Amino acid sequence: MSIAPSAARQDAARPSTRPSARPRRRKTAGWGATPWLFLLIPLAFLVTFTYIPVANMFWYSVTDWDGLALEKGFVGADNFVSISTRPEYFRVFAVSLYYLVGAGAQLILALYFATLLSFNTRFKNFFKGVIFFPYLLNGVAIGLMFLYFFRPGGTLDSTLAIFGLQDPPLWLGDPSIVNISLAATSVWRYMGLNFVLFLGAIQSVPSEQYEAADLDGASSWQKFRFIILPSIRRILGLTMILAVSGALSAFEMPYIMTGGANGSTTFVIQTVDTAFRFANVGLASAMAIVLLVIVLLITAVQRKFFPDEKATVE
Amino acid sequence: MNKTSSTLSALTAASALVLAGCSGGSGPESTDDHPAGEITVLTNRTDLVDTVFQDYADTFNETYPDVEVKFEALTDYEGDLRIRLNSRDYGDALLIPTSNVSPNQFADFFEPLGTTDELGETYRFIHDGSYDGTVYGLSTFGSAMGYVFNRDVWTEAGITTPPTTEEEYLDALQTIKDTTGAVPYYTNYADGWPLDTLAGNIGGVTGPDALNEMITDESPWTEGKDIYAIDSLLYETVAAGLTEADPTTTNWEESKTLLASGDISSMVLGSWAVTQMQDAAELAGKPRETIGFWPMPWTTDGQFESVTATDKLIAVSKNSDNKPAARAWVDWFTNDSGFAESQGAISPLLSAEEPDTLADFTELGVDYVELTPRPTGDESLINDIANSAEITLFGNQYRQQLIDTARGARDGDKAAFFDDLNARWATAVGQNQ
Repeated sequence: MSIAPSAARQDAARPSTRPSARPRRRKTAGWGATPWLFLLIPLAFLVTFTYIPVANMFWYSVTDWDGLALEKGFVGADNFVSISTRPEYFRVFAVSLYYLVGAGAQLILALYFATLLSFNTRFKNFFKGVIFFPYLLNGVAIGLMFLYFFRPGGTLDSTLAIFGLQDPPLWLGDPSIVNISLAATSVWRYMGLNFVLFLGAIQSVPSEQYEAADLDGASSWQKFRFIILPSIRRILGLTMILAVSGALSAFEMPYIMTGGANGSTTFVIQTVDTAFRFANVGLASAMAIVLLVIVLLITAVQRKFFPDEKATVE
Repeated sequence: MNKTSSTLSALTAASALVLAGCSGGSGPESTDDHPAGEITVLTNRTDLVDTVFQDYADTFNETYPDVEVKFEALTDYEGDLRIRLNSRDYGDALLIPTSNVSPNQFADFFEPLGTTDELGETYRFIHDGSYDGTVYGLSTFGSAMGYVFNRDVWTEAGITTPPTTEEEYLDALQTIKDTTGAVPYYTNYADGWPLDTLAGNIGGVTGPDALNEMITDESPWTEGKDIYAIDSLLYETVAAGLTEADPTTTNWEESKTLLASGDISSMVLGSWAVTQMQDAAELAGKPRETIGFWPMPWTTDGQFESVTATDKLIAVSKNSDNKPAARAWVDWFTNDSGFAESQGAISPLLSAEEPDTLADFTELGVDYVELTPRPTGDESLINDIANSAEITLFGNQYRQQLIDTARGARDGDKAAFFDDLNARWATAVGQNQ
């Protein structure tokens, strides 16, 4: 009631209408096109080097092109039919199992080291550097290095001899352990990346939670299980998806070190061989699409078990 | 103001992308009588491109002063060129990547250089670069097949003349292993491509028609046939434990030093390898004669046979802007450069003499065999059959599997392995008729 007179006076002072047609002036100076100009180059790269080749690959998979002929002959779904009717194409997935186990070991080791090095440890930074360094090295250099490491009488054999193991097996020559050697090399190379991802995620956990846990008398394992793990769930889910798809498409290490010989052929090596050794780009493109479908399926299954948390405003 | 600026910026961006593709430049007209301008020559010799090839360019300029020759050396020649042939940019003069291009595709990528009859009067190995009576590529040099060996090691084991049968050969290797402790035979399994060269021996057992017969043969891996002899010899060598302990860690460059120093005693390769091995011997402080070259242990009527074949072929690109100059280079390189002699290899010119690297062969009176030309119009058939069967006849993958089977790393035995090859080959022959 006391408000009414002053409100009425204020109403009279206010202008009758506001010009609604004029758009709000942007606070910052500049063109509306600026963001698009910045994106132009990366988008051009993306389209030229990713989307166009992938679209081409879908086209090649329904032809019998040999990679060089000027004409590509359409064959429909023949390539896909021949893949599903030849068991040797799927036998190579058994080799991927070795890399899958290796990827699992890689995640566990990366998580272990990340947890350890998040807290006060002596020479913390030195260890962080040592663990991450292999990821920065060139893959071919690592492959060649490990060829010398694994050869009979090489580094590994000499080291084992110091510890008394006189009769080491042929690390790359023995077909029952060649995949273990190659998977181990892969783990050595890629663990650094997982380690750094986990490290970042663990360090984002606020320290008050650890203090509260200490007050409640929690052990290290309980702290890990109930504080760290839930906080890094998303990163863990992401790296698991990457690990599985990486294991299925393992290529770099086996190709450089053995070229796929001696029973170390993986599905991607077989695809590359089909394309370039046997001059059958059409069939190889079909194989690549099969791999894509498998990876998508596995990702979909994993997402079901580790659903993405919706982002919420805190 | 906003609208004009954004249109202007969009136009600038678009034109920048478009103009980047334009290139300018024109020079004096290049004709067959007066080649001029610039050419790019592609080569796989990364070791010679800055030294020997520059000298060749200078000598070439003495005859053709208006031509500027640029070289481009590719380490993975076959692989890189396979991709580049899909574009229009693969130099002006180049070597034909024969592991990828089949003869029926020559006309799509290379300029015709003449007819087989006409050029066959001057040049050796003319059929390898021909298709349907037209020549698309000239041979740069040729090699003879045999095996390089370390003379000191073999003499120490008491062997001074080449074995004449396969049993003698295997016995010789066994003697070397027992008396000298050297690895008798090095497969070069890991690098792979040295195993490709074994296919060069096709024709050494039954004669020049051996390769063409494989096109219709449903079981080429049968005793008495060439490919059987080659692969069986390799199998027996490995199975008898006469090769290196771990094939997966062999190294080509290292093998040269190992042969020179006597740690390994022999390798089956073409005569192109002799110069390289002798260079390695010199670096190791040994005389060049330490490395010898003997023919394979197969004789016909008491005479050793050695299959000669061309190495890479040089051709003119169909999409070249300066074909006269490129053709001038190809002709000069083949006729006048002396490249083949410098490599210790067989010259492409019919008129040239035998190289020094084949001194052992001349002494032994080896008979040189050149394969019968592939049937006109069907030059690619053997490649197609090999690809359908997924047997790398001119490659190394199936030979690696053979070595694995022989050393027990892969299930099976020789009979099963060859039966499988025959079955796949027979199916492929049927598919490609």
